[in-house]
Amino acid sequence: MSLIIRGAHVVSPKEKIDKPLELHIRSGRIAGLYDKGKAPAKIDPDAKVIDAGGLVLTPGLIDMHVHLREPGFEYKETIATGTKAAASGGFTSVACMANTFPVNDSASVTRYITGKAEKEACVNVFPVGAMTMGLKGERLCEYGDMRDAGCVAVSDDGRPVMDAAMMRRVMEYAKTFDLLCISHCEDEALAHGGQMNEGAKSTVLGLTGIPCAAEEVMVARDVLLAELTKCRLHIAHVSTKGALRIIKNAKKRGVNVTCETAPHYFMLTDDDITDYNTNYKVNPPLRSKEDKKAVIAGIKDGTIDVIASDHAPHHDDEKRAPFMYAAFGISGIQTVLPLTLSLVQSGVISMSDLVMKLSCQPAGILGLAGKGVIKVGACADLTLIDTKKAFTLQTGDIVSKGKNSPFIGRELKGCAQAVFVSGKRISI
Amino acid sequence: MGIELKHLLDVDTLSKEDIFFILDTAESFKEITSRDIKKVPTLRGKTVINLFFESSTRTRTSFEIAGKRLSADTINISATSSSVTKGETLLDTLRNLEAMNPDVIVLRHPASGAAHFLAKHAACAVINAGDGQHAHPTQALLDLMTIRERRKGGPAGLKLTIAGDITRSRVARSNIKLLNKVGIDVSVCAPASMIPAGIETMKVRVFHNMKDALSGADIVMMLRIQKERAGKSLFPTLREYSRYFSLNKETIKYAKKDVIVMHPGPMNRGVEISSQIADGELSVILPQVANGLALRMALLYLLAGGAKQ
Amino acid sequence: MKETVILDAKSIQRVISRMAHEILEYNKGVDELVLIGITQGANILCERLHDSIKKIEGVSLPTGIIDVTLYRDDINSGNSQKTVHKTDIDFSLEGRNVILIDDVLFTGRTIRAAMDAIMDFGRPRTIQLAVLIDRGHRELPIRADYVGRNLPTARDEKVVLDMRDTSDDKVMIISEIKSKGK
Repeated sequence: MSLIIRGAHVVSPKEKIDKPLELHIRSGRIAGLYDKGKAPAKIDPDAKVIDAGGLVLTPGLIDMHVHLREPGFEYKETIATGTKAAASGGFTSVACMANTFPVNDSASVTRYITGKAEKEACVNVFPVGAMTMGLKGERLCEYGDMRDAGCVAVSDDGRPVMDAAMMRRVMEYAKTFDLLCISHCEDEALAHGGQMNEGAKSTVLGLTGIPCAAEEVMVARDVLLAELTKCRLHIAHVSTKGALRIIKNAKKRGVNVTCETAPHYFMLTDDDITDYNTNYKVNPPLRSKEDKKAVIAGIKDGTIDVIASDHAPHHDDEKRAPFMYAAFGISGIQTVLPLTLSLVQSGVISMSDLVMKLSCQPAGILGLAGKGVIKVGACADLTLIDTKKAFTLQTGDIVSKGKNSPFIGRELKGCAQAVFVSGKRISI
Repeated sequence: MGIELKHLLDVDTLSKEDIFFILDTAESFKEITSRDIKKVPTLRGKTVINLFFESSTRTRTSFEIAGKRLSADTINISATSSSVTKGETLLDTLRNLEAMNPDVIVLRHPASGAAHFLAKHAACAVINAGDGQHAHPTQALLDLMTIRERRKGGPAGLKLTIAGDITRSRVARSNIKLLNKVGIDVSVCAPASMIPAGIETMKVRVFHNMKDALSGADIVMMLRIQKERAGKSLFPTLREYSRYFSLNKETIKYAKKDVIVMHPGPMNRGVEISSQIADGELSVILPQVANGLALRMALLYLLAGGAKQ
Repeated sequence: MKETVILDAKSIQRVISRMAHEILEYNKGVDELVLIGITQGANILCERLHDSIKKIEGVSLPTGIIDVTLYRDDINSGNSQKTVHKTDIDFSLEGRNVILIDDVLFTGRTIRAAMDAIMDFGRPRTIQLAVLIDRGHRELPIRADYVGRNLPTARDEKVVLDMRDTSDDKVMIISEIKSKGK
């Protein structure tokens, strides 16, 4: 079975491609790339031709920070529904976090996830293993076993490793198996009881605040530990100006650190929390205008390597509660692409920067060979984007089981038109 | 002149006219309490549920008596005796109560925004009797009522200082918002560990010593210090707190001679306020309670009467 | 809109004076007599009756104001509540002869509410009703003991008392003129 995508404008920064090309796919791999009119006249008579005129074709997008909730919290999301939502959002690969039940802290849980994904997932699923047993920050997991079972990184995401000495061992041990450490930076004592960003707005609403410093002291600590251990460190969901200053400085000094942010940190601020709408409750919390500006600047100047969703679907009941009792998190995998495209539309970044942050960099940081590229012989993971389609997001449009999005009702522009995983078109 | 109120959740949406209308109405209700038969038939056949998820004597009693003096059937549900302890969600509690068709739910809840949440889902009127650290609108209104009674020249231009744990005080927040609306100049005074971030954006001045905070004050409002917080993170000992932040015969000298002394209660005598001051002639602590009753009667009348939509 | 003046300042004065005499005659003097006006319509009328009686007998009667809003039977109709005014009765009603004063007697519902309210203040020996205008259209079995003027009206007409200024007092009937086309 072969496929021809004709008429699309191809953007693949790794190969410095930014022009109209015709793409041929055979047996799940890219078989040919041709300038307009240069394609061989003789083609496979069974080949299906897709007319992609007016669309942009990119390497398959990769969301390196999602919560698929399975096993254990299937009422929130499953591998099947989460990956379907990912495909609808334009992603061909996702890295799923370990805070499931049981926690992905052993090769057997990892194998459960990969096995389930093989059967039910419509995009590639790369598990992230836990740093410590049960995410408790006390005992190391069997990283070697977990890597061999399919884990591409380790993270206690959702919970920080509070003990600095423990974190040092995590980094050293991860380095042993060349695993990336993804750090959820939050000082639990400083953030204790917090519901939203600490500031004038939290004071008016009477909600306990989480100061920026709760994130920043941990970013500083982990950067120093990465320097000490020479481990590859990736800071998850960066939300503050101060954290970015620390990371930028560390990069300048040559520390092996990368970082990501999520669209809500460059789209929203704590001021947007009105009427105690729990869809705006997320951790780290929506910060101030200053922080939002710094995040946008960080995306522009490259301090921020990756944009990821931190997709955190919840059941309606967990959000339909007073703000204090509502769960943290945004169901965001479907809105990453349109929201990041808004940065392209407003001239903050180029389309090629977008592809870097949503595909090439995540592939590189996670070490996913053959991903994030468009070249002959590579796996045909591709995303076809309609950058012009305008729509208003409705609850019913959300494919994920979790409808907890603060972007419901918002006018968005641009979305995935089709995704191909190993050459197979996924219906979205 | 009238007022369209469906709920009373906080003071944010009240205009100056609304505020004075509520206070005028409350003043008309004060007389009922002085009658031999302290009851009017106004809310006969109406049901008021006091849904209290936090312990409260003053506010709950005040709402209960207010409802009863208006002839409403007043039912108290407190957290210990309710299904909350069985893990029922607030929404389920509401739905069960609403199945019995109440006219007003008076809610006290430890979560900020709980009253907003209830109002969003409720068909009946909701009165916020205190939600977390967010708001306590009836307290602020009764405080203003008390101030207005004692300063016939009107509240505009008066200087008021609130002293105590501002961060954790819904009374402070509601008062700051309400009193600012009627032109009172508000200051707060506490150790920095009890001053919330960005409070100055609410148009208040911040002080860390009583001398500067009370200088020229027409009114001083003391807040209860939660004794159990001593020695943990906010302040080391009650002794030191009392030494630097209490209202006593020495510190009151910094304020105007005829300063009005207020306290929303319950008081910690000898901690944030000395007995001499609390019981002294400048204190309006008990008139605050009396006004609270009239004010809550007025609000029940304004919210529970009228046709059901 | 058509306004017809029914009583002018002079006539009002005469009417009040006659009512004062009637009250004194019926009660054989001022013993145990108190005046209670229904706020806000009868505030001024109550004062005038008080002054008139004082002129005749040289005695200043205890005078109170009662607000009946909280006793009304229409509390559950309409969307916003009627304004509650102050009730001010600083004397006992026990065993007293209460002259209940209202400006206009119409359906009788206000008087019913006022009697209920008065009963909550004690047990008067009698309640007697004095009104300046009785315009008919009663819905309850209530009649006035002292009437300034009986005034047949249509239901949709309005009776308005303007008694802000003694020299310019008047009572008017305001009726809508049914427009014929145009």
